[in-house]
Amino acid sequence: MSPAYDSIVVGGGLVGSALAFGLQREGLSTLILDEGDLAFRATRGNFGLVWVQSKGIDYSPYAHWTWESAETWASLSNLISEITGIDVGYRRPGGAEICVDDKEFAAKRQKMKKLQSHSPHVKFEMLDQKSMAELLPGLSPDVAGGCYFSGDGHANPLNLLRGLHQSFKSMGGVINSNAPVNDIVSQGSSFTAKTKKGQFHGARIILAAGLGTQNLANKVGMDIPVHPDRGQILVTERLKPFLTIPLSKIRQTIEGSVQIGDSHEDAGLDVGMSTPILNKMAIRAVQMFPHLGNTRIVRAWSALRIMTPDGYPIYEQSEQHPGAFAAVCHSGVTLAAAHALQVPKYIIEGTLPTSLAPLRTNRFKKEMAHA
Amino acid sequence: MHEIEMKPSPKVSIEFDGQTLQANKGETVAAALLRQTHLAFRTTPVTGKSRGPFCMMGVCFDCLVEIDGAPNRQACMTYVEDGMRVKRQLGAGDTGVFLSDEEDTQ
Amino acid sequence: MKDHYDIAIIGTGPAGMAAATVASAHGADVLIVDEQPEVGGQIYRGITHQSIKDKTILGDDYYKGQSLADAFAASNADHVSGATIWQVSPEREIGISKDGAAHLLTADQVIIATGAQERPFPIPGWTLPGVMTAGSAQILLKSSGITFSNAVFAGTGPLLYLIAYQYLKAGVPIRAILDTTPKSNRLKALPHLPGALFHLSSIMKGRKWIKALKSSGTLFIEGIDNLKITGKDSTEAIEYLLQNKWHRIEASNVFLHQGVVPNVNLAMASGCIHHWNEQKLCWHASTDEWGSSNVPGISIAGDGGGIGGAIAAEYQGRIAAYQALYTTNKVKKQERDTNVLPAQHALTHEMRIRPFLDAMFRPATQYRIPTDDATIVCRCEEVTAGKIRESISLGCAGPNQLKGFTRCGMGPCQGRFCSLSVSELIAKAQNVSVNELEQLRLRPPVKPLMLAELANLTTLASEDT
Ligand SMILES: Cc1cc2nc3c(=O)[nH]c(=O)nc-3n(C[C@H](O)[C@H](O)[C@H](O)COP(=O)(O)OP(=O)(O)OC[C@H]3O[C@@H](n4cnc5c(N)ncnc54)[C@H](O)[C@@H]3O)c2cc1C
Ligand code: FES
Repeated sequence: MSPAYDSIVVGGGLVGSALAFGLQREGLSTLILDEGDLAFRATRGNFGLVWVQSKGIDYSPYAHWTWESAETWASLSNLISEITGIDVGYRRPGGAEICVDDKEFAAKRQKMKKLQSHSPHVKFEMLDQKSMAELLPGLSPDVAGGCYFSGDGHANPLNLLRGLHQSFKSMGGVINSNAPVNDIVSQGSSFTAKTKKGQFHGARIILAAGLGTQNLANKVGMDIPVHPDRGQILVTERLKPFLTIPLSKIRQTIEGSVQIGDSHEDAGLDVGMSTPILNKMAIRAVQMFPHLGNTRIVRAWSALRIMTPDGYPIYEQSEQHPGAFAAVCHSGVTLAAAHALQVPKYIIEGTLPTSLAPLRTNRFKKEMAHA
Repeated sequence: MHEIEMKPSPKVSIEFDGQTLQANKGETVAAALLRQTHLAFRTTPVTGKSRGPFCMMGVCFDCLVEIDGAPNRQACMTYVEDGMRVKRQLGAGDTGVFLSDEEDTQ
Repeated sequence: MKDHYDIAIIGTGPAGMAAATVASAHGADVLIVDEQPEVGGQIYRGITHQSIKDKTILGDDYYKGQSLADAFAASNADHVSGATIWQVSPEREIGISKDGAAHLLTADQVIIATGAQERPFPIPGWTLPGVMTAGSAQILLKSSGITFSNAVFAGTGPLLYLIAYQYLKAGVPIRAILDTTPKSNRLKALPHLPGALFHLSSIMKGRKWIKALKSSGTLFIEGIDNLKITGKDSTEAIEYLLQNKWHRIEASNVFLHQGVVPNVNLAMASGCIHHWNEQKLCWHASTDEWGSSNVPGISIAGDGGGIGGAIAAEYQGRIAAYQALYTTNKVKKQERDTNVLPAQHALTHEMRIRPFLDAMFRPATQYRIPTDDATIVCRCEEVTAGKIRESISLGCAGPNQLKGFTRCGMGPCQGRFCSLSVSELIAKAQNVSVNELEQLRLRPPVKPLMLAELANLTTLASEDT
């Protein structure tokens, strides 16, 4: 049987869409198979940061991979806008993490020094309250200061997803939503993805199904350990612009609403809300920007992030079934450029390069051997 | 506007965009403004179009005004108080901290 | 206000007041909350002060609320007015906001009696200042004695005629009544007429209103198509097609109405299962005979669960209260059953007219699913029908993805004025029933909450150090 598609991407979230965009752009006829409207989609709960300053402090390959993506993000943004006219909201004005007290400030400095030791391009600046307040009108006089890095940025994750989908389609890609894949069968040089909407054949299959990846990976001889990590986000009404740069926990969108986020909790597959955590997030936000106290939260979100055992992304190709790949990560916005512009080339070549070896799964086996 | 005969009610005065007007104690800001045939209460943050109250029961959020400096208050759910300062809500909420247009690099 | 109650009730309309009166009479510790400063809900708004001198304006049905309000006032339920409930968690942790401060409390049983809101009426120009719902006209009349001369009333449904009739009684000139009831509805309502005949007096009342309006010399036009409102910065005219000819009526005020639908946001965000009711074209809570939902300890009474009208709401409130009392061991099974029996019978009787009303005043498709691409569907984020259709063709599987793609439903009203239209738009485009689609996922806070309120949450902040 001849495969109908050069590649099938399972998962239409940010990771899958970026990969599919890249594959189609490289000339491969590509099909996205996606779950329905209420999929556990991390993309929708995403914060929108294209963030460098906290990534891979203890793991230089991740730091470098993040940097590579951040440095090519502008090209991705331009490509999408050329193809579709959609502005994905990408801006790179630098970004900051606020430290409310001296202890946080010292700890942040320590971490950034470590990051710089293996990633000298991260030319961060530790700023005291006064210098930080010049960047951030409204910053509370009571915070200690924070870390600014000019290489950080942000984008609108929802526009990014829409932009990827729309450009993918206008390049000839096919999206089949409401078609969750429940089984994959490999026959020699092709794969069959089975869904309730029928079977689809492809020469390659790329699993980017977030939390669903593990299950599907087993069917093609891969072990991709992922678990959910609940993140919650508070969104205020639209406000006049006051934040020129994104912060690690607060960001003002182009539309004007302020997003407050970044909680980590292990809640299994529960996407409900947890009031104590929202309360803590609110306390911190008002601590940093007292004027936000008087604004209204119009929405709260919770979504499941995709966590790997060490928190770093996984890129893998099946040894048993070459042509079957998997990609999972929790920073789908930051890494979107790498996924759209780099990874597709590797998939087409049929080998993951040595630079990505530290992000493959045998790193977990090594750890196991250690233990 | 056509007023129906009501039991007499104590009056309060409120300010709307700098202009003083009389209102009945116990009525909403929206009712007080509509009594003076002010139909447009705000402009939208998206396209700057004029809007006014639509549902009068707190569900549509089209009656937003600034009250005593606080942005985006529902006029149909807020009750008049003597000396209240009400302003049209022009576009997005103003918290007192914002950038001038030139500074807006977003 | 205490940290814990046996029974907490949200809404002081007929359903909530009836529930609170019954529950506290049987010794339960009851909290009842409403965001309005006065009891009465939508129908009996202002019933406690009754400021309008001429009682014929609002009519007997309105003043019937008096005895209910009196009984409620005599009860010893804890009544907190002017307070918004922004969360009821599945564990019945209740978030309440009053005077700029938020608190959390718990209850063994929660009765959600949040009532109805008017159905969205997405036509060109429905966002212009000067266009309001007919319910707004009534609220202004009931609570402030404010009316607008020479307004146009447009739409369908008993409430539209009632409010226009109340204007007539008040001596307020009406420019025109534009009736959008599809002619074909009559035939479809016919099979339901026998049930409705149990309520002959209601039907006669409706006929009386319409007759009075027509004979008053007010312009009353039926069979209107392509209704639209025009104007630059505010309402200038309403235009429509009648027998293939365009007509234009100048007006500064237009009151729209095409029925009421349950106010489902709080119950949905609590995890209560809802289903699409194709006869009533809206979401209904999936509850049992007591109004109990799938979430243990949470029940829904009154129009908030499904439209039945004020009298039905009162009975549903009682029934839910008895069940809550029984569940919290305040009454025995026997006592519950004998006490609810009359309410159950009365409720069954009350509901007999509904299929007829639903069929007779079913709003036309063109006024629920806009045909013109430029018509705004999401008022908050100004998302048009065209933009929504474009996103659906891009592969949006349902309202949640659509929200991400278009921001439709992301504004402060949290989908209250767009989600019905959106669901129907998607279902139509995908040629499926609305029931096959996912529902817009709602989460607390169901009403905007100040960040400072969340930061200073009392019970949490004190426990959480
Ligand atoms: C604008 C309008 C006008 C109407 N006029 C008439 C009429 O003239 N005649 C007629 O027969 N029927 C009328 N109806 C229908 C009638 O309102 C209902 O049949 C009846 O009121 C249902 O009673 P209920 O107790 O279920 O809800 P309601 O009477 O609607 O009471 C619900 C209460 O819950 C409160 N509430 C809702 N959410 C929250 C929250 N999150 N926190 C705190 N409080 C909350 C509301 O403020 C409201 O007071 C009208 C409906 C509307 C929407
Ligand atoms: S008029 Fe609708 S919320 Fe105030």
